[in-house]
Amino acid sequence: MIVGLFNYWVVIALMMIGFYIVIAHGNLVKKIVGLNIFQTSVFILYISAGAIAGGAPPILTEGVTTYANPLPHVLILTAIVVGVATTALGLALVLRIHRAYGTVEEDEIHDMDGTL
Amino acid sequence: MLAANLPILPVIVPLLGAPLALLLQRSSLSWLAAMVAALAAFSASVLLLMQVSAEGAQSYALGGWAPPWGIEFRLDTVNSFVLLIVSAMACVVLLFAPQSVAREIPRQSHALFYTAFLLCLAGLLGMAATGDAFNLFVFLEISSLSSYVLIALGRDRRALTASFQYLIMGTIGATLILIGVGLLYVMTGTLNMADLAERLPAVMDKRTVHSAFGFLIVGLSLKLALFPLHLWLPNAYAFAPSAVSAFLAATATKVAIYALLRFAFTVFGVEFAFEEMALQWALLALSIVAILYGSVAAIYQTNIKHLLAYSSIAQVGYIMLGVSLISQTGLTAGIVHLFNHALMKGGLFLALGCIIYRCGGARISDFHGIGKTMPWTMAAIVVGGLGLIGAPPTVGLISKWYLVLAALEQGWWWLAVFVLAASLLAVAYVWKLVDAAYLHDPDPDTKAREAPLTLLLPTWALIGASLYFGVDIDLTIGVASQAAAQLLGGAP
Repeated sequence: MIVGLFNYWVVIALMMIGFYIVIAHGNLVKKIVGLNIFQTSVFILYISAGAIAGGAPPILTEGVTTYANPLPHVLILTAIVVGVATTALGLALVLRIHRAYGTVEEDEIHDMDGTL
Repeated sequence: MLAANLPILPVIVPLLGAPLALLLQRSSLSWLAAMVAALAAFSASVLLLMQVSAEGAQSYALGGWAPPWGIEFRLDTVNSFVLLIVSAMACVVLLFAPQSVAREIPRQSHALFYTAFLLCLAGLLGMAATGDAFNLFVFLEISSLSSYVLIALGRDRRALTASFQYLIMGTIGATLILIGVGLLYVMTGTLNMADLAERLPAVMDKRTVHSAFGFLIVGLSLKLALFPLHLWLPNAYAFAPSAVSAFLAATATKVAIYALLRFAFTVFGVEFAFEEMALQWALLALSIVAILYGSVAAIYQTNIKHLLAYSSIAQVGYIMLGVSLISQTGLTAGIVHLFNHALMKGGLFLALGCIIYRCGGARISDFHGIGKTMPWTMAAIVVGGLGLIGAPPTVGLISKWYLVLAALEQGWWWLAVFVLAASLLAVAYVWKLVDAAYLHDPDPDTKAREAPLTLLLPTWALIGASLYFGVDIDLTIGVASQAAAQLLGGAP
């Protein structure tokens, strides 16, 4: 049960760790890091789902009949690109927030403006 | 050749227009590129809606790869109506944009603004047009990422924190959708929505499918700002540039609502989604709370952009209330309110844009005496406000009328009473504006005067349309009831 579904346990653990960081940490950069861990867990979910027991890498080879499913891997490549774009945009926003407020701590920004 | 590729045109033209707008650099040229792209998308959407009404659903295989292996764009009445709403709003907002953007956004960012605007438009239209679950996620992220950029362009530094907050919550929502799509793929081996609808019944009792449903619904509810997942919305709308507030308020949540309808009705099926998973009761309860919370919170706002944003949360509640009744009339009410609310809220945010253009802000104190100094702008706000209340002869009445009819059809007279009573809350927040504008004297040294015609015309185009469609209801109700019938009929 635990060994056979090892990947999925890791997915759940990473997802919860990431989600917790996003909620609990007041530092905006740490929030982005948490968001990244959260997204990474989903990447592993897709990649694990594409694996097939005893399957070879999906490259046509003579004498091999069972291949891993390449589609989830390709899908998640797109999602990784989206994740990179989100991280870049998030960090750019943090940079501009730092210029505008002089801090990246959520509670200090809240004290100044009442938002966030 | 153009006719054969019609279903892809509304998406591909803005997508290609975006890099063009960036390369052109000059503010006016970028605007021209955006305007032409939006007009092309709009004309293609009109042609598509006519074609779909006449010939039934259209399918388009991207790159010639036959569905379900390739990505399919599939257009029926529901999503071609959404395409029409979104592209029409884009055209009107772009007409409004040049002068408002010149005032609110630094000159060197203009080309970037129009680029992000076109990307956002392409993403929203793509979400509506696609028949592929994973493709929907990709388009959702295209529109979301560009809308974070658009919001961050606001003048106030709080626009940055609002955009950051939206980025965090939006990404969590999109990632939940991604998980849901992944679980569906694991269970069925397909991503095509029509194919999913065929294969899902065989595995309906598996817990993986149940959790996929949960992830998708929660993720989409975050994007459509259903109470209590609305926290990103008020600040995002309030601190974005005027044109962006109007565009996002009129389109972004609407497309997310469409995606929710598509998954709940077409992919999972009415019986599974609403009865087995009890989504009906969850939606009913949450939309009632959303209406109450949004309307009451709106009454207490002093920044009028915040007021309209909270009112949007309430109006999303009305749309979802119609949906949660799961009847032909209820769905018609929901879909027609999708259109009507886009007109009213788009028009109201544009009118606020006029006031911000002249007065520099949209606080309640800026409204003092506006009824005298900016009569036409204020008249637009009054008509839009009447629409939010649901008074005749505006489109708001049509939505409320069908909603009450649908509630009575189910025998839920208490719900009909609630809908009518909740309108009184809207009276309270609209009266606040009327009171400030007409019953207070203008600041003696105010320099406010009527907004320029280039801003007033687009505003009145939307407000006028909200009057026109309040009288001539055949068109909107016809399309909406056809769309509702298709959704209830199962697979597209």
